[in-house]
Amino acid sequence: MSVVLVGISHHQAPIELRERAALDLSRAAELAARLAGEQGEAVCLSTCNRTELYLADESGEQAEGRAEAALLALEEELGPALYRLRDEAVALHLFRVAAGLDSMVPGEGEILGQVRGAHDAGATGPILDRLFRQALHAGKKVRAQTAIGESPASVSSAAAALAEQVFGDLRGRSILVVGAGKVGQLAVRNLVSRGATIAFIANRRVDRAAEIARRFGGEAIPLERIDEELERADVVLSSTSASGWILTRAQVERALPARKGRSLFLIDLAVPRDLDPEIHGLDGCYLYDIDDLEAVVAETLAGRRKEADHAEAIVAAEADRFREWHASLDVVPAIASLRARAEEIRATELRRAKLTDSERRAAESVTAAVLNKLLHLPTIRMKEAAAAADGVLYADAVRHLFGLEEER
Amino acid sequence: MAELLFWPALIAYGEAAVAYFGDARHPGQAGRLAIWGVRVGWLVQTALLAVQAARSDGFPWSTWATSLNLFVWLVVGAYLIWGCRPRYRLLGLAVLPLAVVLFALARVGGGTGAGSHSQYSNLFLVLHVGLVLAAFAGFTLAAALSALYLWQERRLKRHEASILRLRAPALARLDELTGRTIAVALPALTLGIAVGIARLRKDGGGFDALMAVTVLTWVVYGGYLAFRHLAGWRGRRAAYLVLAGFVLVVVARLALPVTHFAA
Repeated sequence: MSVVLVGISHHQAPIELRERAALDLSRAAELAARLAGEQGEAVCLSTCNRTELYLADESGEQAEGRAEAALLALEEELGPALYRLRDEAVALHLFRVAAGLDSMVPGEGEILGQVRGAHDAGATGPILDRLFRQALHAGKKVRAQTAIGESPASVSSAAAALAEQVFGDLRGRSILVVGAGKVGQLAVRNLVSRGATIAFIANRRVDRAAEIARRFGGEAIPLERIDEELERADVVLSSTSASGWILTRAQVERALPARKGRSLFLIDLAVPRDLDPEIHGLDGCYLYDIDDLEAVVAETLAGRRKEADHAEAIVAAEADRFREWHASLDVVPAIASLRARAEEIRATELRRAKLTDSERRAAESVTAAVLNKLLHLPTIRMKEAAAAADGVLYADAVRHLFGLEEER
Repeated sequence: MAELLFWPALIAYGEAAVAYFGDARHPGQAGRLAIWGVRVGWLVQTALLAVQAARSDGFPWSTWATSLNLFVWLVVGAYLIWGCRPRYRLLGLAVLPLAVVLFALARVGGGTGAGSHSQYSNLFLVLHVGLVLAAFAGFTLAAALSALYLWQERRLKRHEASILRLRAPALARLDELTGRTIAVALPALTLGIAVGIARLRKDGGGFDALMAVTVLTWVVYGGYLAFRHLAGWRGRRAAYLVLAGFVLVVVARLALPVTHFAA
């Protein structure tokens, strides 16, 4: 039984191609069911970074052809971007995908859920079920044993993580949002998801601020009121398109006595900058602009890549385990036949023997033990040979030596 | 027996101190080894103190060296309350090397052998020495928290790109814990000083340098709490004040005590 993978990913296919091959879960399930047919197995994994078809079939060539045709039916131009993998390479690839090692941002966590979803929606049998279960296990193990997914991978999540370095739990902390741009909204969403609340949204156009306030909460105020509200805010997040400073050191300095030593974390996502960098020099004030945040993200991504080496070792060990299991499938029928033949001989000879009930019980016990001991080592050796790729030769030799050919 | 227990305790603390440095470079396994080192060391030292107590016919930690032994045990015990949490492991970088040095000093001074006996009553020693040492242990922990606060604050001020890779507790949390620790330690010191003054008034005796430094320590930490609650002192200034108070604790524990204990 061969395992085959045909797919496209962000490595070779641009977004314009990937979006034409993207499938939602129900369409992915339909395609998997169609490709699996009566006796095969198929799973379709479709995310924003990849669309991959996994098939298990007696004939690898035929399965590959079917998968390729299915993808080309989605988009004819996919051809040059397609990649094809077989057996052991499929396992290693899927395990790397589940661990986030093949993602644009190494270690991203969303992929594990997507692999689980694809597995649940797929038409799986013993091979793909085992493959996907082990992939999920490898993904979890990598996240548990390495720090690959711990650090933020975007400017907005880095800003929120830094705010946590100042305040700890963000629950109950209030944000003063300055400007109504989309960049700022992403950062706001990150802060709010960690428990912070929006107190005020200041903008030149109050109606625009009111629009965002309706979505995220908080009170819309004109820019002129920033000075008053500085006393109450814990985090100031600014992303306007203004050309001068929106907030100066003097303004913040005036607000400090009323804050009674409470820290103030300021995030400046605007270019040109909104917040006077001199504010950072004030006691208890921490100002991060877009360059500072990008440096933090770059460093954490470097950390993720460093962790990736450890993660690759975990994934490779899991892929080895799968390879050994998959290879052992070649000898399993021969082992089963051998044991069945031995059991048949034992039962026949016991039937022929004229024994009392107690003698029969003793003989059954002894012969069963002899049989198990005799077949134990050949069974182990055949599985080992299978793992070393000699499994088929050994299986053929066993069938020939014990006359099992007719049972193939 | 007590002497035999000293070495495993010292080795365990030493292992923990080294492992904390390793954990700061590569967080993970080294941190777990460090925590186990602290736990094992503290348990062995507890056994050592128990043996000292069993062999003594009075309060066994009345000399400078034996009280240093007890002080180390109190500091490490207080550290264990938070130190097992991953984010507070960095605190071990400050606490454990200090514990190793002080523990070794206690041994050099003969404080890890059989318990000593003092001319003073057990109740007085338990209250006076026990409370003052417990307070000093609290101030030591508060100083370690403040040092961690200043280090973390400096990283934020310098915009260190690696700040999220080696995560320390949040500034607000460190500040709050420092305040709480001192709020618990100061009443203990107050009571310990009061017991000492009561004995002085009853039995007579002079006011020595150690008493003066201890009272000054009380003033500094009392001032810290007063500024904190009345004037809203937080952050860097407050952390520096805590460290200033700790200098007095060091002077009281290491530089001046011999005459006081001889009294």
